[in-house]
Amino acid sequence: MKRYDMIVVGAGPAGLSAAIEAAKHGLQVVVYDENARPGGQLFKQIHKFFGSKEHKAKIRGFHIGEELLAEAAALGVTVVLNAIVIGIFPEKEVTVKVEDRVEHIKGDTILIATGASENMVTFPGWTLPGVIGAGAAQTMMNLHGTMPGKRVLMLGSGNVGLVVSFQLMQAGCEVVALADAAPRVGGYGVHAAKVARCGVPFYLSHTIVSAEGTDCVTGVTIGQVDQNWQIIPGTEKHFDVDTICLAVGLSPMSKLCDMAGCEMEDNPAKAGFVPKVNEYGETSVSGIYAAGDVSGIEEASSAMIEGRIAGIAAAAKLGYLSEEACQKEIAIQEAALDGLRQGMFAPGMRGKQITETEEGVAISQNLLQHGFVAEEEIVRFPGVTHQKGVHPVIECTQNIPCNPCQDACPKHCIRIGSNITALPSIDAEKQCTGCGMCVASCSGQAIFLVDEDCGDGTAEITLPYEFLPLPQTGEKGVALGRNGKPVCEAEIVKVRSAKAFDHTNLLTMKVAKEFAMQARFFQKGESV
Amino acid sequence: MRIQEHPILGTQEHGTLVSFTFDGTPLQGYAGEPIAMALKNAGVMVHRYTRKEHKPRGIFCAIGRCTDCVMVVNGQPNVRTCITPLEAGMEIRTQYGVTAEQPEGEAK
Amino acid sequence: MNDRNRALKPFVPQPDDDLIVCRCEEITKGEIRRAVHDGMFTLTEIRRYLRTGMGLCQGQTCTKLVKSIVARELGVRPNELGPATGRAPMRPIAMRTLAQDKEETK
Repeated sequence: MKRYDMIVVGAGPAGLSAAIEAAKHGLQVVVYDENARPGGQLFKQIHKFFGSKEHKAKIRGFHIGEELLAEAAALGVTVVLNAIVIGIFPEKEVTVKVEDRVEHIKGDTILIATGASENMVTFPGWTLPGVIGAGAAQTMMNLHGTMPGKRVLMLGSGNVGLVVSFQLMQAGCEVVALADAAPRVGGYGVHAAKVARCGVPFYLSHTIVSAEGTDCVTGVTIGQVDQNWQIIPGTEKHFDVDTICLAVGLSPMSKLCDMAGCEMEDNPAKAGFVPKVNEYGETSVSGIYAAGDVSGIEEASSAMIEGRIAGIAAAAKLGYLSEEACQKEIAIQEAALDGLRQGMFAPGMRGKQITETEEGVAISQNLLQHGFVAEEEIVRFPGVTHQKGVHPVIECTQNIPCNPCQDACPKHCIRIGSNITALPSIDAEKQCTGCGMCVASCSGQAIFLVDEDCGDGTAEITLPYEFLPLPQTGEKGVALGRNGKPVCEAEIVKVRSAKAFDHTNLLTMKVAKEFAMQARFFQKGESV
Repeated sequence: MRIQEHPILGTQEHGTLVSFTFDGTPLQGYAGEPIAMALKNAGVMVHRYTRKEHKPRGIFCAIGRCTDCVMVVNGQPNVRTCITPLEAGMEIRTQYGVTAEQPEGEAK
Repeated sequence: MNDRNRALKPFVPQPDDDLIVCRCEEITKGEIRRAVHDGMFTLTEIRRYLRTGMGLCQGQTCTKLVKSIVARELGVRPNELGPATGRAPMRPIAMRTLAQDKEETK
């Protein structure tokens, strides 16, 4: 029977990171993945990631996937695709189906990094063609160049629902509404805000009453729910759609851990049935590790670090690394992981309602209920200031672990400090040159450059733009507010695209100066 | 519908255009793309009708997990079309229950 | 969970009892609720009784849904219900492939 130092199940962010770390220390590693392509969900993530430089912040997910694969290949890691691990048996024997054969192999250590599966909800018509998971939508548009539909209703306001709604619009689909049974937006406020300002209405405390259609979806009805999640009669709203996209959470795909004899727990803080692991990711079975979503739902950035920790720990376990060196390396990774697990969306905060930021600023209730920060609320955040001349306006209103904007500004106008979750603030002493690096660096697309008074009764607003067709200089249209509603007429005066912006184009639009702090998006076409 | 140009991903590369049949009708798709994508882009939504209630099903998870998109491919039933690459000349049929045979006396 | 003397409230039909929950085997919410009242208190029992999660997808979609329905019917929290046993193969696999599994003698 073939033997490896480490067998990794799942070639996603956690599995690949573990394989890389283990191979670096000299372990012979094989990675099995049931899919035809490696990278897990990374290749479907076309948005820029949050975090700090060390966490690959502001790099788009699919580029991170490419980097991991290249690194794994350079270290001689074998990645076997279309390989389904069908069982883990005593003495760390693994059976895997490759092509038409079942192979038996042994691992001195095993890492289970099988990720998560999507949760679903039931409603009349949920089995109709046209009702799809959010992951399916991402797969179709970002891997296969196919639009999931023309008109889409999204159910779920967590990060997946928000990010996929934005991606649907990038692919050319119309998102007619975003609904969630919860009373508050579940994902990052900045993700919600970039969807809302495109004009997508948010319906919180709403769920799907039914999907309509005989052979496929032709419409959907949503309705408001009461405290017992029952539809309140008379609140129903109908939309003509051909696609209903479900983004109602993820569950750890941990059956393999259970089968391997790992002690399991049903832990709501980890979003489901997970193996109990120690600080190295090792399960109750010595030498079997778990990392990534399989041991608790989190972001891909955390999964990568968990993978690295398991890889290092496995190397130490097999004697490739001294206990002392192992401790040292793991301490670095744990510090990074700790940094990511801070802020309002940290795993420990799940289910808690937060009313103010670490700085003591009241959270925008509009953001939570409607997806955008109201005009009267935005002024209280430290990134929003008034200055003469062009200056950044940072509409970042929640404590999330992310700081690329601070490094992006060559003039050091933006301050976050050592606490990565702190809200960015503006250093008024420093002079903004309007280079736009901060606008392009913000993964949440929450930074605007504003010149509130150009001297001729107009103001100029520079905003991030990731849609096609790209407006041209001189093009006239409508400026939309944070709520996606028309605010005033606007004219594009500058369009910047640069390699350093990584496909985030910078549009500068001119509006009457009284709208400088309201206009946040550009829509081509007729006036208000 | 195909995405012609994507703001982040640019123009996506496809394999060569090949012919296949869906319930006997000739259609075209790109070699190597999932059968389900070729069908979706040809406007086909219904992949099968269920065994008990004869209800239509199509793409649901698109990653080979839910098995709702299974069809009869080259005579073999229960083929997950969302992860099976399209090949030239494939004969793809709507699946009824577990076969390509339409039960008698049914509307569809 | 196996307390057979558990006093369940009487079975009350609900308007959404005809909702399909297990998409593969086409098992409805009403059938699952009824099975609890027939004495199936664990996910393993429900699975054997109704075949929920035993179809082509092997419970990929419905496991969590079935669990919440059974828990509500029993009046317990879903995490108090143990999971159904996990067994190889993890994914559907053709008998032909399994039959080719030869023990190596080397």
